[in-house]
Amino acid sequence: MHKYILRRLGFGMLTVFGVSIIIFVLMRILPGDPLVAVFGMEGFTKLSEADRAHYMAELGLSAPIPVQYVRWLGDIAQGRLGKSFFRDESVADLIIRRGPLSAEIGILSVILSWILGLPVGIISAIRPNSVMDNTARFFSILFLAVPGFWLGMLIVLASLFWFGYKAPLIGVSLWADPWTNFQLIIGPAVVLAVGQAAYIARMARSSLMEIIREDYVRTARAKGLLERLVVVRHALPNALLPVITLSGILMGFVLAGSIPVERAFGVPGLGRAMFTAVIERDIFVMQNLVFIYSLVFVVINILVDITYAWFDPRIHYQ
Amino acid sequence: MAQQSDISSVGQLRPLAASELSMSGRARQGVKTFAKRNPLSAFWAVVAFAIVSVTLTAPYIAPYDPLKPNFRVMTKPPTAEHYFGTDQIGRDTLSRVIYGGRSSLFVSFIAVVLGTTSGSLWGLASGYIGGTFDMISQRIIEFLQAFPDLILAMAIAMAFGTGTWTVIVAVAITRISFGGRIIRSVALSLKEIAYVEAARAVGASTFRIMALHILPQCVAPYLVLATTHLGVAIIIESSLGFLGVGIPPPTPTWGNMLAESLNSGLVPPWWLVVFPGLAITLTVLAFNLVGDGIRDTLDPRLRGSR
Repeated sequence: MHKYILRRLGFGMLTVFGVSIIIFVLMRILPGDPLVAVFGMEGFTKLSEADRAHYMAELGLSAPIPVQYVRWLGDIAQGRLGKSFFRDESVADLIIRRGPLSAEIGILSVILSWILGLPVGIISAIRPNSVMDNTARFFSILFLAVPGFWLGMLIVLASLFWFGYKAPLIGVSLWADPWTNFQLIIGPAVVLAVGQAAYIARMARSSLMEIIREDYVRTARAKGLLERLVVVRHALPNALLPVITLSGILMGFVLAGSIPVERAFGVPGLGRAMFTAVIERDIFVMQNLVFIYSLVFVVINILVDITYAWFDPRIHYQ
Repeated sequence: MAQQSDISSVGQLRPLAASELSMSGRARQGVKTFAKRNPLSAFWAVVAFAIVSVTLTAPYIAPYDPLKPNFRVMTKPPTAEHYFGTDQIGRDTLSRVIYGGRSSLFVSFIAVVLGTTSGSLWGLASGYIGGTFDMISQRIIEFLQAFPDLILAMAIAMAFGTGTWTVIVAVAITRISFGGRIIRSVALSLKEIAYVEAARAVGASTFRIMALHILPQCVAPYLVLATTHLGVAIIIESSLGFLGVGIPPPTPTWGNMLAESLNSGLVPPWWLVVFPGLAITLTVLAFNLVGDGIRDTLDPRLRGSR
């Protein structure tokens, strides 16, 4: 087990390294002079040759590409993560300021998705082709097709239309004002949860239906256990394994989905920061945010794999 | 009944026998089987076909010019003249939804054709050739999978600057890794099968074996993959449009229409939000259900289990 964890971590490191190279290359093939992005076309033409060189050096863009890359890695290692083109704020500060809101949204959405998706999947599996099952499947197929940000826009519109309600627009931390904070995160969390729940319900249904046919479940029934106990104590734990893996994969859905969803709700989280960086073509912020998002995704999937190995004693990793 | 092939152990999806592909009669039979087994999917296939036809014939069907402002009817709710209402500068929303579908579907189709196909071919080669090539390919595919797909697409779209082809490339690259993985596993299991070994024994070249013996077996899983990817591609494309890195306005896409609806002040008019989103949902739903149906038809092991 320890060996497995170490190996998994090793591969994870390699992946993070590969990811950093891909991001770095992408952000350096950006068309046009980065100074055009900072000063605008007009400001750029007004700069003298010397000024341009000065600013490029200040931004660290005049060094050879490999040197820039190594400097960036050093920057990451020191936890500074570079500075924005436009604001006097390091990306690390940006993440500390806006990250918690997005993290809350992500965590709440995962919890809600299990609360929503799992019971639906279980009921569907126990009574296949019943009215409940068909309704559940209809909704899960539907929610796989609904774009989260659109659902968000509809919720914002509907709550305004019918209840005259508008969520607060300023970012408030959970500790300063829990109620305002909750109003901010609940909308995006529900939207992201519904999307995940659709996948989870489908997976839980098919996985449980497969497990229920196994011999040991029949044995449990044959010795006269209550059906409820058979499902909850015997079948469910094994059926959950693929759902756990899926939930890890779905983190990609949450991380990426939160960007348009935060925009739809106007929540000032990290996704909004990413949106702003893209619009302003702020390559330093973009480079580091993309890296952080991918890092989080990789780490969560390592954790999921380890959890999986820990839950499933049948698997022996050499 | 589609003919059963004896290689049912291959991957999750039953590969088609080479003879099944070449005969159009079999194809017709396949469509019939598909419709009989999956009436729901058949219905949605008709819907998908209708959506594609409407967007293809947009210039004849759309009631107005999607780009022409009309300052007499700015931000008007749906009426008899404008079924879906008009936007802030009086452009007809219905026409824009139709034309938007044209660009959204074009981008998604090409992206899937490029991305899923190149990924699948790569997976095929990496699975069959194996060795160092496979090892390196697997690592690269892992790197690509370490990005949440929309985030990778955003970074690419930003790197190459705005434009239709940028969006296509951005969406296509996010599709590569899936093709790479799934088709690789199919190729891996086919590698050891007797007829492939026989081809090797008589001295067929690696390329010949891959093209004539492995490739035909990968068509079925590829088709399923491509149909499901269409839905995903449409969602990514519209998210990019919504985030301002898709096809730039004034060309309408479903994503940038939704983004523009937010520009009209604090509260966007409902018809500017509802219709483009409904179009996305309906299209993705149709492609997903068609994909489900194709999978059921091609994979005998799933039959009756749903």
